[in-house]
Amino acid sequence: MPYISVEEHLPGITGLLEYRKDTAAPIRALTQVLLRGPSTLTEGERELIATIVSHRNKCTFCVTAHTAAADILLGEETTTAQIKENISTSQVSDKMKALLTIAAQVQESGKSVTTESVQKAKDTGASDTEIHDTVLIAALFCLYNRYVDGLSTVTPTDPAFYKGLAERLKNNGYNRLPQGYDHLKK
Amino acid sequence: MAHIKVDEGVPGIRSLVMFRPDTGQYLYELVQILLRGESTLSEAERELIAAYVSKRNDTMFCMMSHAAASRELYGNNKNIVDEVLNDMQQSHVSDKMKALLNIAGKVQVLGKEVKEEDIAAARQYGATDIEIHDTVLIAATFCMFNRYVDGLASLTPTDPKVYEEMGKRMANGYTMPPPSN
Repeated sequence: MPYISVEEHLPGITGLLEYRKDTAAPIRALTQVLLRGPSTLTEGERELIATIVSHRNKCTFCVTAHTAAADILLGEETTTAQIKENISTSQVSDKMKALLTIAAQVQESGKSVTTESVQKAKDTGASDTEIHDTVLIAALFCLYNRYVDGLSTVTPTDPAFYKGLAERLKNNGYNRLPQGYDHLKK
Repeated sequence: MAHIKVDEGVPGIRSLVMFRPDTGQYLYELVQILLRGESTLSEAERELIAAYVSKRNDTMFCMMSHAAASRELYGNNKNIVDEVLNDMQQSHVSDKMKALLNIAGKVQVLGKEVKEEDIAAARQYGATDIEIHDTVLIAATFCMFNRYVDGLASLTPTDPKVYEEMGKRMANGYTMPPPSN
């Protein structure tokens, strides 16, 4: 049971974003720019950053949702499984390994990011903007994970729910649906 | 030295939002609504939640600046801020604020740390759904800001006078600085 009264048909983050739409607007817009805006990182790669941080924050709703989104965007399910297990032995590029390592450090604390890990990202070809965006995406998911779990929102267990959600994230991104969410009522 | 090329001499979050204004504008918008928008929590109380979380995250820039803003907004009661930062439970804030700060402190650790009894304690002292919501979201938001500021090693001034001035400006609200060239 969520700690505050949110609409029952909207589990996880969606119920919270609908609960207070004026704070939701900049959070949604920020996420849309970071994860779907123009970038030299692919949408799939950016979803991997969201996945690794949510995984390490033990936020089941977010990690399941962003794993599903990354899987759809990448067209396979191996990479998400691998990075959650071990970033350095996963099949992602050296640059992505370096960026995911920075994201994992941000998850711990901003102070955990070392000059060496940033240098490694630069040595493997990461630009300042890619490093910036990695840190901000990781920090943003430290917000989301705490928001979702801190208010004890409902975490669906049916994999079909997350498939549907991931399709929505692929097709509509993070913008509020123009028609709202009443159509999801059963 | 910051990890990325930002304007030299510009401190903290300001240098980062000037580096990427298209993400920065939403960060400022969010903090303006949360800390200055309509609320049954005073602006001073909301700044105190921000300072308290930033202290626990050990982010000196955010802690010093939001503590300064909170002192400015508390006016004659500004000692409250340092009392809370030193020992929240022994401070003179209301029981409701203690319960809300306790929730914020749990959020700082991890979302799952917030337990039903923490929420029940806040309700017992009259906290509403929206106050609980806003406390969790302010705490979560500062877990983001703190990581952004420290994760990119942005400039952190050490002179307390710099923060006093900053606090006075922040008391008037949050507006985006002009983008860097």
